[in-house]
Amino acid sequence: MSARETPPDLLARFDVSPARRRKDKIARGGILAATILALIPLVLIVYYLLRKGLSSWSPSFFTTDPTGNTFFGGSNIGGIKSAILGTIEIVALASAIAVPIGVGVAVWLVEYGRASWFANIVRFFVDVLTGVPSIIFGLFIYIVLIVGTGSSYAGYKGSLALSLLMLPVVIRSAEVVLLLIPGALRESALALGAPRWRVILSIVLPTALPGMLTGVLLAVARAAGETAPLLFTAASTHATNFNLGQFMNSLPVQIYDDVTSPTTAVVNRAWGAALTLVVMILLLNLIARLIARRSRLA
Amino acid sequence: MTSDGSSPRTAEMEPDDLLEPGQARSPVPKATQHRPAPLAAGSTAPAKQGLSVRLEGLRAFYGESEQVKGVDLDFRANEVTAIIGPSGCGKSTMVRCINRMHEEIPGARAEGRVLLDELDVYDSAVDVVAVRRAIGMVFQKPNPFPTMSIFDNVAAGLRLSSRGRGDLHGKVEAALRDAGLWEEVAERLSEPGAGLSGGQQQRLCIARSLAVDPEVILMDEPCSALDPIATLKIEELIAELKQRVTIVIVTHNMQQAARVADRTAFMLSGKLVEVGPTQEIFTTPSDPRTEEYVTGKFG
Repeated sequence: MSARETPPDLLARFDVSPARRRKDKIARGGILAATILALIPLVLIVYYLLRKGLSSWSPSFFTTDPTGNTFFGGSNIGGIKSAILGTIEIVALASAIAVPIGVGVAVWLVEYGRASWFANIVRFFVDVLTGVPSIIFGLFIYIVLIVGTGSSYAGYKGSLALSLLMLPVVIRSAEVVLLLIPGALRESALALGAPRWRVILSIVLPTALPGMLTGVLLAVARAAGETAPLLFTAASTHATNFNLGQFMNSLPVQIYDDVTSPTTAVVNRAWGAALTLVVMILLLNLIARLIARRSRLA
Repeated sequence: MTSDGSSPRTAEMEPDDLLEPGQARSPVPKATQHRPAPLAAGSTAPAKQGLSVRLEGLRAFYGESEQVKGVDLDFRANEVTAIIGPSGCGKSTMVRCINRMHEEIPGARAEGRVLLDELDVYDSAVDVVAVRRAIGMVFQKPNPFPTMSIFDNVAAGLRLSSRGRGDLHGKVEAALRDAGLWEEVAERLSEPGAGLSGGQQQRLCIARSLAVDPEVILMDEPCSALDPIATLKIEELIAELKQRVTIVIVTHNMQQAARVADRTAFMLSGKLVEVGPTQEIFTTPSDPRTEEYVTGKFG
């Protein structure tokens, strides 16, 4: 304060009552406490993953298949190579199915369907699909493609179950991003005498790409961590397999199988596999961010 | 479609451009049978002329609400016509009917006729995409395509309409020169268009619409987001561009209308009040409502 005193009556006009100051402090404290409370399980998960998972990591952990030899003192139980590759294969096929269809549906909803009754029905069912538990998708594929055809488990059937799970996430996130593209952009392209499909392909989709990528990777990350849709569609196996028509191992199913084992070494392998899954998803997110940043500059 | 004989005929018009692809190659296109055979006209013809635009009983709707209530108006070839009027009087809507952008809004439709020279752009045989190639548009806010470089922005119209072959670089340079932007961007054509200043962006948008070689350019308050110096540049540009295109400019700025327009039309509540030489509209208007508006008594 300078040498001149502020007149007290003027100060009083601009002062806040002590009760209000107190209320403000309590509210802020409450919000901070809630944030910390939410962080506790997150930190604990990461802590336990690192503590228990890192110890089972070794070069051979990533380069050998599980042996299935789990009952005799845990000697040579093998690693998780088939599970890592299986997850990558299954999720890649699932994305190859769900992403083009999902983006296509979103483009139709935003650019063509708009507020028509059919578009609204589609939106409603997409929302319903978002809320369906993942095991139902597995069950659906199991009944239609395994019981229904009398055939066996296969990696591609797991992919189909996961693609059903990814579809609503891709559609909704892509739709939100497409809605953010200013209408003026479409109009100025249309006003140049560009056909609508060219406007969508050359102007709307490139502008929406970074945002869409984020949504797609969210869906990929979710699918990569799902166990239930794979249990009775892709099943599990020990050997590494590049034929999606065969039984296929995956990280979530391997974790599921391993944690129920009575052998400590096998349970530890589950921790190692869990840490691997988390790191893979983290890497995927980092890559997505890098791509998004670069395309924004272009 | 009637041929009233009063509108000027220009030889540079390419009737094939205005027809749907299936009909484009027929020797005598149905919708243009009355027209004189075009002279050998390439899209790069140097002395390109603008075309006249005539509105006949134009009405425009958003759902049930009628925004343009029967307008008859002539825009003369190679002249600048300004549309003035208070907010919500339907001037933007009317202009958007000329290149059929109005129908892009869900629930919007138009009635009546819009004649480009003698071609009804609402004729069922006419392809909407071809209409927009002949009638370019510049919007209120500069909106270069954000993912594209300066060069690609200007080339966009050609590429998007599959005419990006041939001397693309030459066409882009010509369009940028015509828009008075070449000197400023020649050294950085590969930089993003969004990195330019607002006034440069708007001239980039003008270059973008010039690149597809339109006969008419519609400008919907093109300077309302710009500072006075950038505005002046656009106005100088408009004066040059009317050598080769017909210009329709919607503006809220009456000084601007007075500076750039050969003729001025005053609209009120979806109707045309009067149209005439700009000088006349601003000094001796025939309708008292026009006088009240241009002297600032309302609006």
